Amino acid sequence: MISAELIADHNLSEEEYSRILEILGREPNLVELGVFSAMWSEHCSYKSSRLHLRNLPTQGPRVIQGPGENAGIVDIGDGLAVAFKMESHNHPSYIEPYQGAATGVGGILRDVFTMGARPIGSLDSLRFGRLDAPRMRHLVDGVVRGIAGYGNCIGIPTVGGETTFHPGYDSNILVNVMNVGLVEKDRIFRGRAEGTGNPVVYAGSKTGRDGIHGATMASEEFVGDETRQKRPTVQVGDPFTEKLLMEACLELFRTDAVVGIQDMGAAGLTSSSFEMAGRAGSGLEIDLSKVPVRETGMTPYEILLSESQERMLLVARRDRLESVMEVFAKWDLAAVEIGRVTDSGRVVFFFEGRIVADLPAAPLSDRAPLYDRPRVPPRTIGSMGWERLPEPDDYGGCLRAILASPNVAEKSWIWTQYDHMVGTNTVERPGGDAALLRIKGSRKAIAVKSDVNPWFCACDPYRGAAIAVAEAARSIAATGARPLGVTDCLNFGSPERPEIMGQFEAAVRGLSDACRVLSIPVVSGNVSFYNETDGRPIPPTPTVGMVGLIDDVSRRVSVPFRSEGDVVGLLGSNRDELGASEFLRRIHGRDEGPCPEVDLDAERRLVELLARLASKGLLSSAHDVSDGGLAVALAECAMKGTAGAEISLEETIRPSALLFGETTGRVVITFAAGDEGAIREASAAEQVPFRAVGTVRGTRLSIRVSGGRLLVDEDVASLQEIWTTSFESAIAAADVL
Amino acid sequence: MSDKPLFAIIVFPGSNCDQDCYHVATELVGCRAEYVWHRDTDLKDADVVILPGGFAYGDYLRAGALARFSPVMESITRFAMDGGPVLGICNGFQVLLEAGLLPGAVRVNRGLRYVCKDVHMRVENSSTVFTRLYEPGDVVRMPVGHMEGNYTAPPETLTELEYQGGIVFRYCDAEGRVTDSANPNGATAGIAGISNRGGNVVGLMPHPDRCAEGVLGNEVGRRMFESAAMALAGR
Repeated sequence: MISAELIADHNLSEEEYSRILEILGREPNLVELGVFSAMWSEHCSYKSSRLHLRNLPTQGPRVIQGPGENAGIVDIGDGLAVAFKMESHNHPSYIEPYQGAATGVGGILRDVFTMGARPIGSLDSLRFGRLDAPRMRHLVDGVVRGIAGYGNCIGIPTVGGETTFHPGYDSNILVNVMNVGLVEKDRIFRGRAEGTGNPVVYAGSKTGRDGIHGATMASEEFVGDETRQKRPTVQVGDPFTEKLLMEACLELFRTDAVVGIQDMGAAGLTSSSFEMAGRAGSGLEIDLSKVPVRETGMTPYEILLSESQERMLLVARRDRLESVMEVFAKWDLAAVEIGRVTDSGRVVFFFEGRIVADLPAAPLSDRAPLYDRPRVPPRTIGSMGWERLPEPDDYGGCLRAILASPNVAEKSWIWTQYDHMVGTNTVERPGGDAALLRIKGSRKAIAVKSDVNPWFCACDPYRGAAIAVAEAARSIAATGARPLGVTDCLNFGSPERPEIMGQFEAAVRGLSDACRVLSIPVVSGNVSFYNETDGRPIPPTPTVGMVGLIDDVSRRVSVPFRSEGDVVGLLGSNRDELGASEFLRRIHGRDEGPCPEVDLDAERRLVELLARLASKGLLSSAHDVSDGGLAVALAECAMKGTAGAEISLEETIRPSALLFGETTGRVVITFAAGDEGAIREASAAEQVPFRAVGTVRGTRLSIRVSGGRLLVDEDVASLQEIWTTSFESAIAAADVL
Repeated sequence: MSDKPLFAIIVFPGSNCDQDCYHVATELVGCRAEYVWHRDTDLKDADVVILPGGFAYGDYLRAGALARFSPVMESITRFAMDGGPVLGICNGFQVLLEAGLLPGAVRVNRGLRYVCKDVHMRVENSSTVFTRLYEPGDVVRMPVGHMEGNYTAPPETLTELEYQGGIVFRYCDAEGRVTDSANPNGATAGIAGISNRGGNVVGLMPHPDRCAEGVLGNEVGRRMFESAAMALAGR
């Protein structure tokens, strides 16, 4: 007998329970209730977000696989394609940072290699609270070690990502992990249980009691000290087993033995079996007594809902089962035939000879609840009077202070803990605008980037999301690549609050509009709601992961100033904007808006122009202007290179906004003096504002404005010292607390 | 049979750089290469054996501690005893240490963190099979990527290494000075790589396989592979 209490314990509403009764025409048993609870959790069913996600553009001439599979896939030519996806592991990482982050890496890798792709690079997009917030140093350290521990051991390079510190994440950090894999177009695998009579094989780690109801937990908010009691719902990662599993699967994919395959991720065996049957319109019979278990006495309920890591469910061709088993045996992995494909349209689970659950496959996803949750237009944050602030006396001092901010400072402390070179494809290492991975056996390389600015999104979720897309595209184009596709990871508070749903709707609209204008399809993604603790939601954080392609890797462009005497040029327009800038926060302690404007058409033309200039070999360097503004971008070009620059900006806007405003749509380029005409012409053709603003020269960075007034004149080596040591010092200082 | 030298790339469960080494040996050095699974004992008449980087057995016990019991290790030991060229890179070096083919041991980095970055090394011995294409005193830049690279050995072993040319590479700064700040892991005497007495077995923590072609911005590591290939061609 299913009590109201039991229903509530499973996080199901009364209405959802009535729907279950309607689908089944009877009362579910406890096992079945658990299955519904997991499948209809926000995490698995996207019940609050689906309605809005439908508006995202998912089509494009290069799209091979859009949303709905383990990962999206985009064609890169020559018979090759890239599979990629980003996912969150926020809640587990806040409870137990090392394992939470590690298993986040493991999960996204499985999503990619189950498509038949060999993972070639990961990115991690991390949002922490203030370094002096309780537990924060422990969280930063644990998350970084967890990503390193898993990624390094399995041998997939972590090549990019970003890390920011915002008080809105003090008690709810975000760990978004993205992976990109390479796959031959005609050897793509999908999660489909096809071919009646074909065997269902369970492979990988044994099933334990860890992670039961992890998906449900990810669909609740944290209250008070509860987080620590939830530790058992965090899974433990075993990268060595995953390495074996990955190699075994990739070896199997070179044969014709596998029909369909899916990772047992969130909601474990439950979601993999229902989704595989659902996609193929087939049914499954699975004997849970055959599932390898880690502990004795595990019940069917526990086996079905366990989220033990490093497990795969695959459907093999009946006549090739033996060769499948041989490959798993070679890699010392447990593999067991646990069931078969049927044409019943039902998923039936047996345990010790009796049926313990018998549910229709399709309705669990087709008839999953879909909510048009109430929403109110999101509050936007405008200026609170920064226009009236006096101009600083010492612009050089401001630059130094911003370079020392944890948000702007170089973070090699993080990425030197990650193996970012294994695989020998990393042409552009972490710390550039986007990482570049060459494709062996071709002249091509792919560019990968993740991006979002939480301050922008807090001020205006629509614009913040659109800027995340524009900024990622600009960063990719600054390497000479053209954007190909987007994966998103949408992190928000509770969807049951109308203001959060308003933020979500606006952000998705911002993503959609930007992706449409820039013609970049969204091919995969993930939604993480309930990112709040004690009723305090995080800032809306729609993380964008983007992949681009450069046809000739020798035409790539990078950040550092290269040659003395090169001309420094600025593409795009400066505006009198300081809202949501690092300058206001760091120098004036003011967190206020408005979010900078974004002109998507102009961004599209800028991206096109950059790709064109790079392909003609006209650029010595290029760097997107973002956090910290133009002065920081110029300083970065100088600090990463071997030369300074003399810059002169003829502008009438206030100098602080010119130097430190985070106006979008700008890129700093350098080029040989003889090419200025060609660049001017190409910019005019694309209607992108262009002006020469200085020369690469000497060992100092000097910036003059109208009337020849010298605002900044700093020794590059001293700036570099600040920029490269501040983050580690900040971490070390937090350690003392 | 082709006269191009054959590299055997040993694959332990958890090897990660096997494909990287294969790529260098075949595509960049123009030799032949075969993967040899750790359970096999046949080295396929290889001319050179490479133990690649990675995390054999997950490094769960201690780096290389389990891999040394793999069946292939007996064949490798015989091959090395007969003077065959054996190169252990990173985890492969750790396996050679655990197997006793090279003396000493590595501990966890003194920073207690994994470290992945470019370092400089000074070539101390350019007469081993793998370093003939360098000059003594050459300063080479190579990437490291490891958690346990802090080399150590008993004083008598260190003395022996020192006097018999067993120290092949030492961490140094860009000018070739062996300094503490240039040492990424705390290794004794800045030792980055060593060899056996015959100079045919070499192990090092940095990755020559990760700096063997122009597109990666550094080709200096290729010479270690070429050096072994050349030695064989000249037989």
